[in-house]
Parts: sequence; structure tokens; C-alpha cells
Amino acid sequence: MAGNTINVTLKVWRQADKNARGAFASYSVKNISTDASFLEMLDVVNTGLEKEDKDPIVFDHDCREGICGMCGAVVNGVAHGPQSATTLCQLHMRKFKDGETIVLEPWRSAAFPVIKDLAVDRTAFDRIIEAGGFISVKTGQAPDAHAVAVPKIKADAAMDAASCIGCGACVAACPNASASLFTAAKVTQFAKLPQGDPERRSRVVAMVEQMDHEGFGSCSKHYECEAACPKEIKVENITNMNREYMRALVTRD
Amino acid sequence: MLDAKIPDGPMAEKWTRHKFNMKLVNPANKRKFNVIVVGTGLAGASAAASLSEMGYHVKSFCFQDSPRRAHSIAAQGGINAAKNYPNDGDSVHRLFYDTVKGGDYRSREANVHRLAEVSVNIIDQCVAQGVPFAREYGGYLDNRSFGGAQVSRTFYARGQTGQQLLLGAYSALMKESARGNVELFTRREMLDLIVVEGRTVGIVTRNLITGQIESHTADAVILATGGYGNVFYLSTNAMGSNVTAAWRAHRRGAYFANPCYTQIHPTCIPVHGDFQSKLTLMSESLRNDGRIWVPRNEGDTRRPSEIPEEERNYYLEEKYPSFGNLVPRDVASRNAKEWCDKGFGVGATKTAVYLDFRDAIARDGEDTIRAKYGNLFDMYERIVDDNPYQTPMMIYPAVHYTMGGLWVDYNLMSNLDGLHVLGEANFSDHGANRLGASALMQGLADGYFVIPYTLGDYIAKAGPAGIGTDHPEVKRVEEEVTGRIDKLVNSKGKKTVDEFHRELGLIMWDKCGMARNEAGLKEALQKIPELRAEFHENVNVTGSPGTFNQVLERAGRVSDFLEFSEVMVRDALHRGESCGGHFREESQTDEGEAKRNDDEYCHVSAWEFNGVDKEPTLHKEPLTFEEVALTQRSYK
Repeated sequence: MAGNTINVTLKVWRQADKNARGAFASYSVKNISTDASFLEMLDVVNTGLEKEDKDPIVFDHDCREGICGMCGAVVNGVAHGPQSATTLCQLHMRKFKDGETIVLEPWRSAAFPVIKDLAVDRTAFDRIIEAGGFISVKTGQAPDAHAVAVPKIKADAAMDAASCIGCGACVAACPNASASLFTAAKVTQFAKLPQGDPERRSRVVAMVEQMDHEGFGSCSKHYECEAACPKEIKVENITNMNREYMRALVTRD
Repeated sequence: MLDAKIPDGPMAEKWTRHKFNMKLVNPANKRKFNVIVVGTGLAGASAAASLSEMGYHVKSFCFQDSPRRAHSIAAQGGINAAKNYPNDGDSVHRLFYDTVKGGDYRSREANVHRLAEVSVNIIDQCVAQGVPFAREYGGYLDNRSFGGAQVSRTFYARGQTGQQLLLGAYSALMKESARGNVELFTRREMLDLIVVEGRTVGIVTRNLITGQIESHTADAVILATGGYGNVFYLSTNAMGSNVTAAWRAHRRGAYFANPCYTQIHPTCIPVHGDFQSKLTLMSESLRNDGRIWVPRNEGDTRRPSEIPEEERNYYLEEKYPSFGNLVPRDVASRNAKEWCDKGFGVGATKTAVYLDFRDAIARDGEDTIRAKYGNLFDMYERIVDDNPYQTPMMIYPAVHYTMGGLWVDYNLMSNLDGLHVLGEANFSDHGANRLGASALMQGLADGYFVIPYTLGDYIAKAGPAGIGTDHPEVKRVEEEVTGRIDKLVNSKGKKTVDEFHRELGLIMWDKCGMARNEAGLKEALQKIPELRAEFHENVNVTGSPGTFNQVLERAGRVSDFLEFSEVMVRDALHRGESCGGHFREESQTDEGEAKRNDDEYCHVSAWEFNGVDKEPTLHKEPLTFEEVALTQRSYK
């Protein structure tokens, strides 16, 4: 908590709406505290723009605790910026140097159209979940929670996969804009648990088909997704999804 | 007199009897009824999914880009349930008792008992959905203890319990959306409520991308729109959390109950700069292993590692030997404030206390502590740039949860026909203070296991509303909303929306925060209307209404906070006693604990709106305690 301040130059992608042509705009940011979060730095820039009666930079954000998955942008070419395992809201200005130029872009993927500036439309992720990212149990149907014991190692593996916050950094980081890591995390969570077993095969087929249908690319093992993931979801999940998918093609639920 | 419609019969049988006495909607008829659910947190998502499964047609609304983002996602520690799996003496009655006592005897007994009863079903449901709760090596669920309880009844999924429960409810919601029975409306903000001849029949929303004003009508409306903690500007709530839906319903006639009951969470990362946009909570599960202390010497500036044991004041352990660091949140928060106010605070701003894991690490090893709290320690280090394995954390209380909310009866219906309110948005279950791990429990209890029954009863009795979006009242409300937006967008003053919000937050924190007194509250009642007037004259709202305009979104929310804050202060002024999270300096015991006044204030205060700048009317719902005897809370 040094309480230092730095000056940076921000080059931000500005785009009025989905159909408008976008361009970079430059902003000089003076005396920003290194204890400020990246989004707090953007707040400061936006306050300045509001004071000049200019349109502030639109960016999605909500919890600012790294868990809701709403924020995210490409910072100097890296999804969520330079600090590993960290969402944009949890990135702090102490990770930048005085005088640095920071280039800020939205997630870029055909399946995530830009809505305005840094905000993109990630409803494709919701539709992948809709395709099968659930267990079909109705309220009231559940047996006692201890009816089935789940080995700790499997429960922990399911939890590792379930940590995904759906931010979309994996897609933004992937040269193919693949949503494999996102989809695989959900497939793996349920595949590890006995509760997920009845729909195990139909689920993976439906989710993979939806992923392709949305226009996400294929995985060609660059592993950029794992590097960008703020929750450190592992690429082993993709291997697992592929195995689940192959298995589903030769057997049935 | 407000009628809470509490069913007859012994406490433990009320809910069962009530369920039997309810009218049912024939399965084939359910599809003819439309239900609007606003909010997709634990309460909203679970309600929308459950009602859709039963056959009702559901429209679900949220202001975020996806239902999965609702702020329930940020809850860390856990969810309570009276499963008694650890065999340590828990029961429905004990959970009920603890919750009533923890709420400082200001909640409605019958609601709390029902909450404790259905708590066990929630865990079953979530496990069946694939929620990966923590398990022991035998494959069964692990439990831990949490602030304010002496049994281990808290289920958890690492430090991300809220996330996992919400993703469970979200997956159920998406399952129903895939069936076409739930229609999702994301990036929509509810800006008004439509009431026709006393019956709630719909809402007016703004599409946050296009700015379009849209109306939706239905046979019943459910608000699950969370709490109003952001009235303080700085809180642990998400940036978008707001009071607008609840406030707009209040303006249409719904009573606002106990707005002065706010919870200040003891373990948050302290404020560190003027640019700060929000506060971050560290799960209070940390208090299971961390020890809270301040130096014994006022103004001690040595590093914590240089302060010897005998010069450390473990004030909670000393003052409350039986609960120690696990006292309820309000007690822990107040004690931290007291020691900082006396000049014993630590850190650069002197408004923090230590939460020290030195002894736990020496006892259990760093790996064990890392396994339990690793993600929280990482988060602390990311924000504060300090390693909590080596240096004690610095913490300070922050606004976290609001127990007050729209008044509801036992059926979770407000005084407005057809308007139901769930989760943090209602007032009913936590009294004047909520126990840890009980918010998730209440949200899911309301959504999965209460509203599916009580809404059916309402619909069976009320029948179809028969109001379409072409109804003149719908058009009239739409015009009002449009007029309000135009007024905001045409405000071309000098100050930003956030500047007003910060100013309001400071007034509220100073005068209506952790400790309140008559003079301060009266001062706030002077300042708030002045600030509100200045807002409407001097705020600058950039951009136009027909676009994705985040300044306009915030302006609307702050405008409503500027109105709401006044009734909150009035409520705090009216309640001349201390209870739970509401601490009136005039009413304390010799030892400085909250002192209730059951003779005068054993009631719910429900406020009726009479117009901005007009005094609201107070309605009282008397609270009676049949099962839990009213006593002075003691955690010694």
C-alpha cells in the first residue's frame, strides 16, 4: 500500500453501437493511484469525460470482486490484462508503469458482437447452457442430500470446473475464438457427479452442437484460454469434453 | 392494522396446515396464468424456475447481461440448514431459535420457523442440481460453524457458495427457458409497477441497450430485486444493486418495512482512497480461525509482528468468552468501531483492526489454512498487496446486507394485491440482524419452497387479471416513466451522478450507519432533501435516452436512493431503541450493548408513501413471541 501515483495513456476502442465503425481514442490519465483498480481508473476517466459533457466509455461490470463475470476487456493484447488468475476488476494500477500506454479493446469474436465500446453481447454462452448445461431435476423431486455419496476427489474436480464465471476471456484469448473451455467446464462438472449421469451423453452432444452453431471456432490446442482464465480452469476439461463427446457418439443415455 | 395472515395452530404445524388449507390451481389451468419475476438472484431464479416447472408461464427480468450475474453470486461463506449431519445437536427448532435470537427478536416467528423447516429441502435440491458442495473423504457433505451459531450447520462450496448455488438456480432457469416456458428479458431494468384497481398487474421496463420503454402485464408480479445497501455508496453490493424496483413499488402503495435495519459486515477490506468504488468482503468464515485484535497501546505504530502477545488486545475473546471471535455480525462490527473510535485502530487510516492467522497457521500448518481460505487470501493480496500468511489482515466493517425491505405477509405478498416480494427485497425473516449463511438460505427457501405454494393460492383465489398492455393505466405509467427519463436526460448541470451518490453515502454512513443518534438523524433529515433538490437542478446526465447509456441508468438509481434514504432515516429516528444492526446511542446497556425496548418497539414499522417531501404514514405490525422468550441477547 505504497500510495504512489502514475500517469498513463489509454487507447480505448470506441464504437457507438453494433453497426457503427469503431476506432481507438486516446486519453491521458494523470496522477492515478497505484492502489486503484483498473475499473476505478476507468471511473476516473469517465468522470473527466462527463465533466466535459462527453459520452463516457461504456464497459460492463458489476460485482467488482472477480466473481460475477460481467467485466472484461483485452488489455495490451491480453484478456483481463497482465496479472494471471485475475479479472479486470481485480487488476490494480500497481501492475502498470508510469508513462505506459495501455491499449484497451473489447472481447473480439464473431459470436460476441460489440454492443458499445467495450461491452459485448455474450448471450451465446447462455444459449450453450440452455442446450444442456443443467440437470433435469424439478423443485421437490430431490432425494436426501446424503442418499448418494460422492467421492471427495470427484466433488473437488467438479468444483474446479464449476468455478467458471462465464466471462468469455477464453474466447477472447483463443486464436479461433473457440468456446471450448467454457463448454467443457460445464460438461466436466456434471460428468464428474453421479447426479449428472442420466443426461451425460445427450448433454455433451447438445452443448457442443450449440457451441458450433453459435459460430465459435474449434479448439486447436493453443491453450491461450487456460492462460487467460481468471479462475484457472484447466485445458484438461477440453480433453475430457472430447472424450465425453466421443463416448456419447457410440453409446446412448 | 396490518394483517400478517399467520396461520393458526402450533408453531411447528403452521406451515403444514397452511399448505393443506390453500386453494390449488388445476395443473391444466396453470399454463393460462402469467407471472412476472423481476431479478434473477437466488430468490428470483429459483422462483422463476420452480413456477415454470409447475406450469405457469414466466417472464424473468434482470438488468445484467445474463441471469447468472446477479449479486447472490458473490456470497462466499455458506448456507445454513438444519440437517444435523454432524450429530451436534442441531434441529429445526434450534435453527429457528438461533435465527429469532440472532435477529434480536424483531422478526416474525412463524416465517422464521418455516424457513428453518424448508432449509433441509434446499440442500437436497441443490445437491440434485449438481452443486459441488464441499465433501469429506467418505463422500458425505462437510459442514462448518459460522458466526452466531454453536453448531456446525453451514454447507459450503469453497469460498464460492453463492456462486455455486446461483449457478444451480440459473441452470434450472435455463432448463425452463429451453422449454420455452420462461421468457428471459436480460439488460432490462424495472422502472415502475402497474397497479389497476388495487391489483398489481405488471411492470414497465427500460431496455438498457436500445432505451426502449416496454410494458409487461401478468396475473401476478414477484420482486426479487435484492437490498438497498448501495444507498451508502460504498458497500459490498455489486455496483448495479439498487432500490429502484422496490422504491417504485413503494411509491405505488407497497409499504416499506424496517428500512433502518442494515447489516454492517465485520470483515471487509478497509477503505483506502477517494477513488474507491466499492468495498470487498472477506467471508466471516475467516473468524473461525483468525483472531481479531488491536494493540493495547493507543496509537501503537509498530508492525504487528513486533507487538508482543501481552500487548495485543483480543477484545472479542476477552469480552465474549463463550462465542469469542464468532459473535454475530452486529456485535463484532460495533466492537471494531468502538476500538477504532477510541484511537486503537491500525493501518494508514487508523480505521482497521487485525485479523490474525498466526496461531492457526502454527497449529494447523499453512497448507491447511490455504486449503480452507486460499481464494480469500489471494483476493486480499490482490487488492491490498500484502501477504496475509505473513502479516495479519486488516479489516473494517462495511455495509453488506439490508434486513429491511418491502412489507410482506406470511404468504410473501405485500399489502398490494398480487405483488409478492422475495429474498433480500422483503423484510421478513432476519429481524434486526441476519446471521451468517442465512441469506442464501432465505433466498432459496422463498423461491423454491414458499412462493410455489403461496402464489398458487393467490392465483386460485384472484383468478386472471385480464389486463393487456393496451390498458389506459399501462399507457399512463409508461408516459410517467418516459417523462422521468426525459427530465433526467435534460439535466445539464455541473456535477456528476456519482458525486451526488458519494455525498448521499457520506451522510448515510455518518448519520445512519453503525451508530445513530437523534441529533444526527435529524441533521440527515435536513441534508437529504437539500441534496435531492440540488441533484435535480445540478446533475449532468450525458448522452441520449435512446442508447446504451450507463450514466442515465445510474442517474435513475441515485434519484431513487435520494428519495428512499429519507424514509430510512425516519425509520431510524422513530425506532428509539437499539436492536441488532440498528444501534441508537441513546439506548445501550451499561456494557455498551444494544438495548431493546420491547414495551414500545416490539413491532414491525411499515411505512406508507404519501409523496416526496411529505411525511410517510407509519403502520405497525405487532410482533408476538410464543416460542422464543424475549430476553436480552448475550453472547458471553
